[in-house]
Amino acid sequence: MSILINQQTRVICQGFTGKQGTFHSEQAIAYGTHFVGGVTPGKGGQRHLDRPVFDTVHDAVRETRATASMIYVPAAFAADAILEAADAGIEVIACITEGIPVLDMLNVKAVLAADYPDVRLVGPNCPGLITPGECKIGIMPGAIHRPGKIGIVSRSGTLTYEAVAQTTAAGLGQSTCVGIGGDPIHGMDFIDCLALFADDPQTHAVIMVGEIGGNAEEEAAHFIQEQFNKPVVAYIAGATAPSGKRMGHAGAVISGGRGSAEDKFRTLAAAGVHIVRDPTTMGRAMAELLGASHV
Amino acid sequence: MNLHEYQAKALLAGFNVPVAPGLTITHPAQAADDQLPPTVGGKWVIKAQIHSGARGKAGGVLIAHSPDDVREKAAQLLGKTLVTHQTGPAGLPVHQLLIEPASAIARELYLALTLDRAAQRIVVIASQHGGMDIEQVSNDHPDAIFRLHINPTVGLMGYQARRLAFALNLTDTALKQFPALLRGAYDAFIRHDADLIEINPLAVTAGGDLLAVDAKITLDGNAGYRQKALFAARDVTQEDPTEVAAQASGLNYIALSGEIACMVNGAGLAMATMDLIQSAGGSPANFLDVGGGTSTEKVSAAFKLILANPRVTAILVNIFGGIVRCDLIANGIIAAAHEVGLTLPTVVRLEGTNAAEGRRLLAESGLNLIAENDLAAAAARVVQLSQTSKTPPSQTKGVGA
Repeated sequence: MSILINQQTRVICQGFTGKQGTFHSEQAIAYGTHFVGGVTPGKGGQRHLDRPVFDTVHDAVRETRATASMIYVPAAFAADAILEAADAGIEVIACITEGIPVLDMLNVKAVLAADYPDVRLVGPNCPGLITPGECKIGIMPGAIHRPGKIGIVSRSGTLTYEAVAQTTAAGLGQSTCVGIGGDPIHGMDFIDCLALFADDPQTHAVIMVGEIGGNAEEEAAHFIQEQFNKPVVAYIAGATAPSGKRMGHAGAVISGGRGSAEDKFRTLAAAGVHIVRDPTTMGRAMAELLGASHV
Repeated sequence: MNLHEYQAKALLAGFNVPVAPGLTITHPAQAADDQLPPTVGGKWVIKAQIHSGARGKAGGVLIAHSPDDVREKAAQLLGKTLVTHQTGPAGLPVHQLLIEPASAIARELYLALTLDRAAQRIVVIASQHGGMDIEQVSNDHPDAIFRLHINPTVGLMGYQARRLAFALNLTDTALKQFPALLRGAYDAFIRHDADLIEINPLAVTAGGDLLAVDAKITLDGNAGYRQKALFAARDVTQEDPTEVAAQASGLNYIALSGEIACMVNGAGLAMATMDLIQSAGGSPANFLDVGGGTSTEKVSAAFKLILANPRVTAILVNIFGGIVRCDLIANGIIAAAHEVGLTLPTVVRLEGTNAAEGRRLLAESGLNLIAENDLAAAAARVVQLSQTSKTPPSQTKGVGA
């Protein structure tokens, strides 16, 4: 078991024949992902990476029975690509593209909520998601992952890889890792992922990697306190970030005195989450926590 | 991206938001008698155009009582550097002034539109306490702030605007004008990809009309490709020159006050690296995200930015290799270090594919590059090197720069 994706998941790529789409599709195929084709409007009927290319996502779904899509189209076309995938019946959409205007994402979210409430959107501006040993949809390096029992959910890209590498080194491995992205308006959030991890028998515990800005971590803390029964280790990046400055991610800004790392650490700790202030100790803290709880 | 007040008002005026007739000048002589906007009482307001609020307290807003007085005061303001609590100690230069007729104001309200992340909606925020810092109002009188969320599918509804108008205790003409004003501000927000539109104060004049006395607009940086005209009017003199140079190289750089520089791939990991430097007893000199592609050109540009800061005593490079092989990254770092003549102690933490080979290349480069594979050890090492390389200020100046 795992969440969202596994070895049966039939994956396509939107923006398949572009530079990014080609590179990361090759990586996904090499990883063993059940990769069934891709979409580039106007190139339907061709073959690329020994897979069929389709003009529309609808064609791709009809011909390949794809259920997941990874999106590498430029920012100006990304909102369109997300809704095309949803309309074609794709269940899990990972939008890797960064730089999408906020208003586009507001509209996408409103349409998804109204017309496609069951679609799972991951991202945008995210590394994607991976179930180690089974299915890789995104830009993360496959080699650092190991099948295992830790669910990872993170707002950051390379910082997710730290959590992955540390849990691999600790011999724990990962069930599924989801990078939810650094934009203020995005698809799945911490709570959506936690709810899935709660029902996944393979997932024994969760590492949550947050950032300054917004209140997603505070809401997750509330959810954990109320209804999440597995151990959670959390780290929040940006304790040294000054107020009012965006730290790279559009979403990572402390504004109006809210969204600081300290606030988030405090709220998570009060909810029973094991917080770590040193990002190099996420894996070790989890190993100790599980060791103690298993005695 | 921030607009100046005069740019924000011009944009809003195009959506029928009432603003005073204004004259924008870059030289006192442009405020000729026949160019000045007409006034009733012969009184003008001269406002320094800088990307900061709280200009009044900093001496950036002056009243003039005659055209000669306007030109005299304009001459005082132009070329000045204003320091407010939002600008930092360096302040911002005044290159442009907005001259408006002074208005007789009966009431001052607050109105803003921005993104509410938690609600995933645009939110309208309004208060009867205008002219003040909204965060202060929010702290002191949380009940005096009205918020309404807008469903993007239907946009701002008439009932929402009417409710807000009544909640703000508007009467007569102002009550009638408010829905159209809010509609205009909302349309401007949507049509021009705003992050924030703030009208503070929104005045009710002595004559009973609504008037946007000050306006601040921030645009979504991701929307530049479809807001070309507005982005072409960007005033980089109001931004940190180092941050502007970084953007031109595809880097994300923010200067901080410490002495240990860092260069990292990924925003989250960059913040985490800053946090680690601090917990190891050091102080980060900057946030610097080199992004996904770590080419020699990008790394060189990043080193140049770091070395332009005279406070820097040591550097921590933290690259999680991911899909790009660490030996290629190491070669990029070595080439860049040669190119910029790097002499400051630099700890490089490489993790990922071919990390061992990357570390060997660094160790054999003959440069002051210290390879570490453990991030905690790398942070401790750079703090230690920073302390030993600290020498009296007369000697540190210019090292490596």
